[in-house]
Amino acid sequence: MSDASTQPKPAPTAIEEIESAVIRFAGDSGDGIQLTGTQFTTTTAIAGNDLATLPDYPAEIRAPAGTLAGVSGFQIQFSSREVLTPGDVPDVLVAMNPAALKANIKGVKKGGLLILNKDAFNAANLKKAGYEKDPLEDGSLSDWRVIPVELTRLTRNALEGMGLSPTETERCKNFFALGMMYWLYDRPLDATARWIEAKFKKNPKFVEANTKALHAGNVFAETAELFGHHYRVRKAPIKPGVYRNVTGNEATALGMVAASSVSGLPLWLGSYPITPASDILHELSKHKNFGVKTFQAEDEIAAIGSAIGAAFAGMLATTTTSGPGVALKSEAIGLAVMTELPVVIVNVQRGGPSTGLPTKTEQADLLQALYGRNGECPVPVLAAATPSDCFWMAYEACRLAVKYMTPVFLLTDGYLANGSEPWLVPRVAGLPKFGVPALPAAEEFQPYKREAETMARPWATPGVKGYEHRIGGIEKQDVTGNVSYDPDNHERMVRLRAAKVNKMAQDIPPTEVLGERKGDVLLVGWGGTYGSITAAVQEMQKTGRKVSAVHLRHLNPLPPDLGDLLSGFKHIVVPELNMGQLLKVLRAKYLVPAKGINKIKGQPFKVSEIVAGVDAVLKGEN
Amino acid sequence: MADHKDELETLPAAGPVLTMKDFKSDQMVRWCPGCGDFAILASVQKILPSIGVPREKTVFVSGIGCSSRFPYYMNTYGFHSIHGRAPTLATAIKCARPDLQVWVVTGDGDGLSIGGNHLVHALRKNADLKILLFNNRIYGLTKGQYSPTSEMGKKTKSSPMGSIDAPLNPLAVALASEATFVARAVDTDLPFLSEVLTRAAKHKGSAFVEIFQNCIVFNDGAWDPVAAKAIRDEKMLRLEHGKPMIFGKDRSKGVRLKNGFDPEVVHFDPAAPPKDLLVHDAHAATPTLAHLLAHMDEPIPQGVFRDVAKPTLDQLMDAQLAEAKSKPADLQKLLNGSENWTVAA
Repeated sequence: MSDASTQPKPAPTAIEEIESAVIRFAGDSGDGIQLTGTQFTTTTAIAGNDLATLPDYPAEIRAPAGTLAGVSGFQIQFSSREVLTPGDVPDVLVAMNPAALKANIKGVKKGGLLILNKDAFNAANLKKAGYEKDPLEDGSLSDWRVIPVELTRLTRNALEGMGLSPTETERCKNFFALGMMYWLYDRPLDATARWIEAKFKKNPKFVEANTKALHAGNVFAETAELFGHHYRVRKAPIKPGVYRNVTGNEATALGMVAASSVSGLPLWLGSYPITPASDILHELSKHKNFGVKTFQAEDEIAAIGSAIGAAFAGMLATTTTSGPGVALKSEAIGLAVMTELPVVIVNVQRGGPSTGLPTKTEQADLLQALYGRNGECPVPVLAAATPSDCFWMAYEACRLAVKYMTPVFLLTDGYLANGSEPWLVPRVAGLPKFGVPALPAAEEFQPYKREAETMARPWATPGVKGYEHRIGGIEKQDVTGNVSYDPDNHERMVRLRAAKVNKMAQDIPPTEVLGERKGDVLLVGWGGTYGSITAAVQEMQKTGRKVSAVHLRHLNPLPPDLGDLLSGFKHIVVPELNMGQLLKVLRAKYLVPAKGINKIKGQPFKVSEIVAGVDAVLKGEN
Repeated sequence: MADHKDELETLPAAGPVLTMKDFKSDQMVRWCPGCGDFAILASVQKILPSIGVPREKTVFVSGIGCSSRFPYYMNTYGFHSIHGRAPTLATAIKCARPDLQVWVVTGDGDGLSIGGNHLVHALRKNADLKILLFNNRIYGLTKGQYSPTSEMGKKTKSSPMGSIDAPLNPLAVALASEATFVARAVDTDLPFLSEVLTRAAKHKGSAFVEIFQNCIVFNDGAWDPVAAKAIRDEKMLRLEHGKPMIFGKDRSKGVRLKNGFDPEVVHFDPAAPPKDLLVHDAHAATPTLAHLLAHMDEPIPQGVFRDVAKPTLDQLMDAQLAEAKSKPADLQKLLNGSENWTVAA
């Protein structure tokens, strides 16, 4: 640390002010790319920019080093204005090896900056990446400003004499690169230095090595005058308050803890590890001091079985998984519907079918959530729009599950789960209050006698004398809950279960419209596409197109005002990362000739893709 | 474990004394006339008042199958869940509410086939459940297919030429899963069944009881060769902790080991039993003896094979929660996170 401050400073370099930037870090999955990206994000957030991130990593923990399959990426857009997406096109690519360059070069802005670890561009690595010639020498990168840096050698020099092994030294090079990026964007090093100190506090040698590498990279960028000048992105005009960075999975977990804390119902999570949902389990297992009981079950079925048991016993019960896990839980979700118990089921969607693309994002489980069970089996479905919205929707899912005594689906996705954004932390006192309604008197208690406003049945939990009763998966007699095979009763119960879920529409706030309530095109989105759709609509509105958007957070029941809104537009366009699932629902329910913009690549929408899709509709090409 | 005592739970102060009738629900029992389940139901209803757990603190959980209708007939809290999954619900009910006594009623298909995975994991975690596995060696509710305990060669609707699947041994599965209480009883021997159920109820930890149960419609008499009243004293051995293994109506037969680990039957004068008979140790730290007994088919042992004390899942879970509570549960602080910044107005 002292090195940097005691060295003589060269003449100050010019600072160019820019509005926003998109940078992408890429390297082997063992190169610490996600960590580097996260650190850059924290520092950027503290600097007061708005931002959005996109971690993009392979399913393999350590895919063969140097290969395209092993490339891990982390993209961030930050700006002095509102940021809605991680950006379509990076301005800067930091590539730790030839494979990282090859996998990402196509997306980098022409004229943008390529910061390449020259030491990794050897014959073996070039071959592994599939380069016949060295791109540093064959002129193929002439569209970009290439800055080759001997990252490995420079890091080694910086850490010389510390007694580190070559592998240990090699592992510090990401901090060297990060130090360079901090200089390029005029960022202080202190937040990352503090993080290093906390992270490696058991090993002072690594604290020193990583801190040295960070500072060395920073000083190198300045003294070697690699970049000519550096950039400054001013603070974004942001609502006052306390902010933190939050990923979707963290926010989901926090929403559950908050719901438990406010309602006074202790939280149960039954879960089986699955990508990309496991971080919710990890996060909640840290919060036992809030009375949270986490149960790592033997399988997906046991996970939801435990949640149903915990709900029967009076806890705020949740289970978290991804699509393949939901498939396994289907029968048990039916049991929760039949027994009318509150269970929140979180599906962090990933590319499917089957194992599919475990680490990539998709929105192809909507119909599974709506219909993927035997029998007439209605379940309310909510979807979060941004990483921090996961907090609010997890909270709302818990509240609605308890209020209406029903399982509730919350759909997030891999993009929201791992992506992060600054979050205006809510004040606890302002969270909506909820709890369990009082039980009727014991002599009036009937397990399926419904409350008028919500149609919820009473939640009598074991231990309460005078309310002993039996429930189960066999059809229930209305009111008494006894086993009944009566045909009329079955139809009545099927209709009652559907009516109860539909009642929940009364809890849906009026739909917010981005833009005018009448016009040429209404985009209807849901889930993690919020940022791309919003940015696209804002861009099109600036150019005078009569385009508006609504983003659905309630997918069953749908907002009661949606039908009226749809009728105000010539075209309804539904952008989705699937083959058109919400599209089918809207067409079936509202009989509108809606059109889809669909992408199934495991990647979020680019803003330009949505703009192009809307233009195609306006030109009559779709 | 020489100093082991049966762990009688400290029970809540008794309210009005309950009787068998108090545990009967108002629902009509719908098993086939003559089904072995009636006897087991009666036996459970009979012993529960003596256990001292109030009705409202008793929960019966089941899966799917004939036996799984059991909760409907108990005037306690009850949950008739889905096929094979009862242990998953029950484990959470107990962990959520350690003050409850939780029973699981299952069968050879429900517990060992579709739900085999859950059974193994509930046992190895020592979830404090009383698991009654009604073993009739057949699928009853689906009308007569072979089950995971059906003998090889068994001709059923789905195995007209005979089953080619080797059966598994429920007690060996339970022991391999490190269940802390493992026992066996027969539906037609009510006094002994009640005794075994009472001990299971009083065990703190996962208690697994295999009950030989007769399916009168699809596998009638499956257990007669060993458990019929006229011959069961000759064919079955009642295990008693600390006592030599002696059986037979006139107590003239016993079990000892030959060649190290092979049990053999010896005949003797009841007045002078040999000194080298095997002595039962239900509290042995390792399950070796219990495994040996579980695999013995001449005679077939019944009673408590294993009964050891270990911390239960709910106790361990609550202990961690108690430890974690040294850190205050400040929700605002949690939401604020460790890295945050303030944007001024």
